[in-house]
Amino acid sequence: MSELLDVPVLSSWLKRADELIAARQAYLSDLDAAIGDGDHGANLVRGFHAVNAKLGTPADPAALFKTVGMTLIGTVGGASGPLYGSMFVEMGKAAAGKPTLDVAAWAEVLAAGVNGIAMRGKALPGEKTMLDALTPAVAAARAAATLPAALGAAAEAARQGAEATVPMVARKGRASYLGERSAGHADPGATSAALLLAALAEAAA
Amino acid sequence: MKKLINAPENVVEEALAGMAAAHPHLLKIQFDPNFITRADAPVRGKVALLSGGGSGHEPMHGGFVGHGMLDAACPGAVFTSPTPDQILAATKAVDGGAGVLHIVKNYTGDVLNFEMAADLAKDEGVRVEAVIIDDDVAVQDSLYTAGRRGVGGTVLAEKICGGAAEAGLDLAAVAELCRGVNANVRSMGVALTPCTVPHAGKPSFTLGDDEIEFGVGIHGEPGRKRIKMEQADKIAEMLMEPILADLPFKSGDKALLFVNSLGGTPLVELYIIYRKAAEIAKAHGVEIVRSLVGPYITSLEMAGTSLSLLKLDEDMLRFWDAPVVTPALRWGG
Repeated sequence: MSELLDVPVLSSWLKRADELIAARQAYLSDLDAAIGDGDHGANLVRGFHAVNAKLGTPADPAALFKTVGMTLIGTVGGASGPLYGSMFVEMGKAAAGKPTLDVAAWAEVLAAGVNGIAMRGKALPGEKTMLDALTPAVAAARAAATLPAALGAAAEAARQGAEATVPMVARKGRASYLGERSAGHADPGATSAALLLAALAEAAA
Repeated sequence: MKKLINAPENVVEEALAGMAAAHPHLLKIQFDPNFITRADAPVRGKVALLSGGGSGHEPMHGGFVGHGMLDAACPGAVFTSPTPDQILAATKAVDGGAGVLHIVKNYTGDVLNFEMAADLAKDEGVRVEAVIIDDDVAVQDSLYTAGRRGVGGTVLAEKICGGAAEAGLDLAAVAELCRGVNANVRSMGVALTPCTVPHAGKPSFTLGDDEIEFGVGIHGEPGRKRIKMEQADKIAEMLMEPILADLPFKSGDKALLFVNSLGGTPLVELYIIYRKAAEIAKAHGVEIVRSLVGPYITSLEMAGTSLSLLKLDEDMLRFWDAPVVTPALRWGG
């Protein structure tokens, strides 16, 4: 595995993300039906299909992230469209001027993206959202010495973070209306966020 | 799943094409991005009203586009909020120079997408105000939730504000009126059956034959509690009690009572509920001076009802009575 993320690797990430999300569409929608409205899987499949159709060959990671963000904003709908869209738009801003991303740069780009989600959603960790997968992933990426270690550790931290949402009571989004009844199910947004980071680790391997 | 559809992925576009074919004199329909405008949009000098949300709640919102109500509606995928590009395009299409009011139901996705669209529209020089509707008393604790949901009160706000915009009120005044309607309306719903989102293919939750979901939302999302089925009068009491307590409604108030079908409940049952709900209001000293009964904000084929009670002032009453000519509501025109 390379020590640098470049446009070809990032493009293969998005292709792998599309495959993983499509393969898990029913699972994501079932999670969403349990505590939300059951459209998360279909919405993300629509978004990542569109991303891969529109991507082309961007000049650099910043351009790639911006295209991904704007496409997700325009195709996903729901809360996850603006949230994932804001993540990639902010990643694009953080990656500006960098033809490739080393481990330190990637950790900061990811952190900027996750901050974008937190700002748009006005959420904090512990509220049973995407942030519960992504916040530990940022910490894991920042602590890693090499890019392969960072991608692997971020994916694993996100997976565990998504699992940790099972007992949580939702305080944001539609799931929050269930109160205590939202406990006992993984958060669909945290689960899809973990899939995204798993896709990156696989694509870069 | 038995539905009169061709393919789940074509539901929204084919329904929009049907609306265009059925109401050519009232509506113009744009595709990619999808939005509905009144046929004579933009109306010069008039504040434009725009709403939107997931499809599956018909006739809301597209059925309320026309003279005296909405200028535009942005339908998302079924139960999924519309996207900012749709909302932006519709906002620009209906702006007649007096600004655009976004009427947004309080769901996280709707709020986020409308916020992004309003930012983009302002960047392009369109004056936009947004009012968030959150009339659902089923959500008790807004500190630990996304806040109360926008439900039946949305229909009433769209009609009353549409009348006000037609009468020439400016953007700030129409927005203020909209906030006033929202502040004076309370709603509560109950589901007897779940509904099936076409692309999900199965019901979004399950209810036993003798169970009902009390405090249900309009997306098939479960409500606050699941209880045993009751007779209509008892259900009307259980819906009215939290509504009357919440505003609180007082003796001498004039009000509009809206009994809504969530899609699968027939009018005959709505009138049974209306009869009891009006009786309860009267016993409370609330004078029901206007009514609306029918399927206006639905949740696909879900059986169930929602009740909304709006305390009316003179302006609201006048703009409620003003002419309206839309596919779903039409009087005085």
